[in-house]
Amino acid sequence: MAPVDIQIGRRPGVNTDPATQGGYQDHPPRMGFFTDTSVCIGCKACEVACKEWNAIPEDGLVFTGMSMDNSQGLGASTWRHVAFIEQRKPIAARDPGVQHDGDGDFRWLMASDVCKHCTHAACLDVCPTGSLFRTEFGTVVVQEDICNGCGYCIPACPYGVIDQRKGDGRAWKCTLCYDRLSVGQEPACAKNCPTNSIQFGPLDELRERADARLARLHEAGVTEARLYGRDPHDGVGGDGAFFLLLDEPEVYGLPPDPVVTTRDLPSMWKHVAAAAVTLIGGALAAFAAGRRIS
Amino acid sequence: MAECHPVGFQWVMEAKARGAKVIHVDPRFTRTSALADIHVPLRAGTDIAFLGGIINYVLTHEKYFREYVVAYTNAGTILTEDYRDTEDLDGVFSGLDTDERSYDFHTWQYEGMEIQAASGKRDQQYQDKAGGKNGKPSSRGLHKAGRGEAHGSGGVAITGTPRVDPTLQHPRCVFQVLKRHYTRYTPETVSDICGVPVDTFLQVCELLAENSGRERTSSFIYSVGWTQHTVGVQYIRTAAILQQLLGNIGRPGGGIMALRGHASIQGSTDIPTLFNLLPGYIPMPHAHSNEDLDAFIEAESPKKGYWAEMRAYTVSLFKSWWGPVATPDNDFCFDYLPRLTGNHSTYETVIAQLAGDCKGYFLLGENPAVGSANAKMQRLGMANLEWLVVRDFSLIESATWWKDGPEIESGELNPADIGTEVFFLPAAAHTEKDGSFTNTQRMLQWHHQAVEPGGDARSDLWFTFHLGRIIREKLAGSTDEMDRPILDLTWDYPTKGSIAEPEAEAVLAEINGWDAEGAPLSSYEQLNEDGSTACGCWIYCGVYTNGINQAARRKPAMLQDWVAKEWGWAWPANRRILYNRASADPDGKPWSERKALVWWDEAKAKWSGHDIPDFSAAKSPHYRPPTGATGADALSGVDPFVMQADGKSWLFVPAGLTDGPLPTHYEPQESPVPNLLYRQQRNPVRQITSLVHPNDRFQPSGGEPGTDVFPYVCSTYRIAEHHTAGGMTRFLPYLAELAPEFFCEVSPELAAERGLEHAGWATIITARAAIEARVMVTERMTPMTVQGKRLHHVGLPYHWGHSGLVTGDPANELMHLSLDPNVHIQEVKALACDIQPGRRPRGRARNALVERYQRRAGVTERTGTEV
Repeated sequence: MAPVDIQIGRRPGVNTDPATQGGYQDHPPRMGFFTDTSVCIGCKACEVACKEWNAIPEDGLVFTGMSMDNSQGLGASTWRHVAFIEQRKPIAARDPGVQHDGDGDFRWLMASDVCKHCTHAACLDVCPTGSLFRTEFGTVVVQEDICNGCGYCIPACPYGVIDQRKGDGRAWKCTLCYDRLSVGQEPACAKNCPTNSIQFGPLDELRERADARLARLHEAGVTEARLYGRDPHDGVGGDGAFFLLLDEPEVYGLPPDPVVTTRDLPSMWKHVAAAAVTLIGGALAAFAAGRRIS
Repeated sequence: MAECHPVGFQWVMEAKARGAKVIHVDPRFTRTSALADIHVPLRAGTDIAFLGGIINYVLTHEKYFREYVVAYTNAGTILTEDYRDTEDLDGVFSGLDTDERSYDFHTWQYEGMEIQAASGKRDQQYQDKAGGKNGKPSSRGLHKAGRGEAHGSGGVAITGTPRVDPTLQHPRCVFQVLKRHYTRYTPETVSDICGVPVDTFLQVCELLAENSGRERTSSFIYSVGWTQHTVGVQYIRTAAILQQLLGNIGRPGGGIMALRGHASIQGSTDIPTLFNLLPGYIPMPHAHSNEDLDAFIEAESPKKGYWAEMRAYTVSLFKSWWGPVATPDNDFCFDYLPRLTGNHSTYETVIAQLAGDCKGYFLLGENPAVGSANAKMQRLGMANLEWLVVRDFSLIESATWWKDGPEIESGELNPADIGTEVFFLPAAAHTEKDGSFTNTQRMLQWHHQAVEPGGDARSDLWFTFHLGRIIREKLAGSTDEMDRPILDLTWDYPTKGSIAEPEAEAVLAEINGWDAEGAPLSSYEQLNEDGSTACGCWIYCGVYTNGINQAARRKPAMLQDWVAKEWGWAWPANRRILYNRASADPDGKPWSERKALVWWDEAKAKWSGHDIPDFSAAKSPHYRPPTGATGADALSGVDPFVMQADGKSWLFVPAGLTDGPLPTHYEPQESPVPNLLYRQQRNPVRQITSLVHPNDRFQPSGGEPGTDVFPYVCSTYRIAEHHTAGGMTRFLPYLAELAPEFFCEVSPELAAERGLEHAGWATIITARAAIEARVMVTERMTPMTVQGKRLHHVGLPYHWGHSGLVTGDPANELMHLSLDPNVHIQEVKALACDIQPGRRPRGRARNALVERYQRRAGVTERTGTEV
């Protein structure tokens, strides 16, 4: 079943511009991230820049043993997260033009994860206070002064991104540096990425750039390279922050086929309504029958 | 590089995107390896064997750039008949005095020419040149005394023309000597020593050779770990030989890039924090008796090349320091300079502290209690001081060892008994002050203050200026001769703001220098030896041309050509590539259009090009010096290496190094295996005996009884998350959380062998110390086969100490004090250790464990000190 945009009940692809759908008449192009993990060097500058700019608290001093990853995943206090994956696979698959040494057969994947800023964002759908809102850039932002900490958004996110901060109770996640965007600056993570693994720009442009990069990698024989979150017809209507991966999404801890969790709400409500009608009808019928019997 | 210099690595990634091949040679698989085309894990401490093998490949397969080699290197120069190579003497060079552990370098000279080094141990020939005929032949330990001096019989001719065989056939020419020297570095031997498969080694050789020549260039990038060996200088020398043979020096895309450990470490050697140098690499004078300026200049400078102008550079320096007081009559205050009486390097200083000779210590942004080899010795040294000043961002271990250091825990030290008075002064960060960074390309980039420093934090400039000001106030009116050098200083920098911060640009202007009228100079060629110019650092002359801060230029790349001469300012004279005359052929034409950089413009009769020519602008390629010419005029039109007395780059180094004219593979001080190449196990003149101490015992090595007690090769390194000894990172939550504990890296195979559990604890032991670390079992650590045996590495990031948000044992507790004899750098990149599962013992039991290991290995005070 194709996903349904719960807000306005339209099928994706008809009008997938979220800012327009969000009611903006005259708005800038949809902005987003293209994270090309094939050039990520795992320096974590994105994690640190994000924390510095957004004044996010320290997130635990825990040695995990998960390769060089001690921040473990996205959460209320980690809005960019670099995954490190050590694999028994030839590094030939890493980049074009590689002649690995034959003895290696080992590679180390690094990938910076972030909120996907979905076209159909379930967190936003379920937020009862309006704390989560769609910006004019098509991004999804949670407002710390409005959030009441109800936590509905947390199970709603198909990626497990948005999270409640302990001792605070409110929900937090990447804002795609809404404050910086508003004054014409790029987000802190993209600004600090030394190798341009994190690219920021109008989503249309990023998609073109990503397609070209993918084609180049495929041409060079890196057949397992793939785009993730690029497709506007996927379960969330495409991501505002999408990725080039060198392996299955699961390898990076990403869901293979994310679906906006509010997708089935209309049909659920229809079924509920039908069931209610049936129940009421049955009850009335029983009542009527009872009266006849009595 | 991606690990320690991620920001700079963007350019490697850019080159890669344009088709460059990236070869990464490193014992461990790092973030760099992850992005490299080839990763070559090799046994730590065997790089000379690896590179020597490539040299052998290049020579054997005739892959060298012959025209370049013949024209621009000393390949054809004929050596004296007395020279004996390691080939002749089983691993040592002629001139070795085993009692003194030093070389007499006289047999390494060119036939017919006494050559003066352009850098390094220039004082080696002091007696030859200034000491007259009375100097007796002597081979006192150069490194022991810290003075390369007193060799030979004196009166040796210092000028002359070397004999050159342009056919490179003469059996005593450098090229043939080089060939013989590296013949035994075959692929199979390299493989046996380094643990690198022959195929992989040959692949590297082929890639490098293919990518060099007229049309292409390759560059070498090393981080300072390369220098941290008992043969550290020779590591870089080996790369230099290879780059010369391949024609990769002085050309775009070539060179050898040293990635330094901190921002502006290049700047702190240019305007040095080193004990034996004055600004601009002018040597610090030694305590020779009756030495005046003439004798100093005579002894330390060559007659040919730009160093022949050393008097002008030195006099201008004195003029900048002492202004009108420096006159020809008082030798421009030459006698105000202190003199070296020995080696005053870091580790010698620690020994002097322990001996009670060194009583006070300034630590400016340095954390030796964590970051220096044998960290315990550092702390014990500091515990024996009268006073210690620590200037840093946070209360680092070097400021608090007296109350919470490991020796307090073990009971070896008691705070009540420590007499050291410790002053902690908070330091301002680079964002809180104006100043410049000089990067590895010798480029100065100015940074402007963004915010005022908080609280009592002050810049080093503020501290130094006001300390000097107050001392001068206290000395004012003194009639003591001894105080004149301080009182006569030109210490009059303008200050600004509420904290009276000195104007950093005023200091830059002084470094740049001015003429007699006070007008800013624009080139070091304007410097005079008569006292009419002042210049704080001759190589920086021009950085303030026209009174404009050239280092602050930030013209974007798209608004200028690819050389980008208007971004910052590079010394000397804003040249971006040194020795770039070598980018053109002997006739002055670029070797290829693709690699054109500078060339001779016949019509205009001058050198021209994209970069600023590193050559006399009007000197034709066809110029040949007349007999008796001196200075730059003595160099011909085909001598690109203008700082060298012979104008050539040196495949073979006739003077300036204490440990041999050609790099030779020696095993590290501590190695589980014997030297396969020669009977000589280690660098015979490594600096070791001057530092003997009960807390610094060496282990048996190379198959001696007891070697197997420490069966693993151990290496320290940095990771992207932290900076050096952690003073700038462990105290910041955003960085501390990224790597929150000290860990060691081991392969799954080693983990199985020793029963180490992933994310559990391990204890690492050497003859100096036992430390504990969390265990990272990872396939990024590659077991290798060396001399037929399985060999494992234990990898140790060295960032942690007992203070900060995240703590851990410093890896440097394990290290010993066996140093490179040229530059006195510790060998912390290759040694031997044991590793056991579980945490280390606490308190006195910790030392007891180390003592048990010493006994098992039969360690005595003599172990490992053999020549």
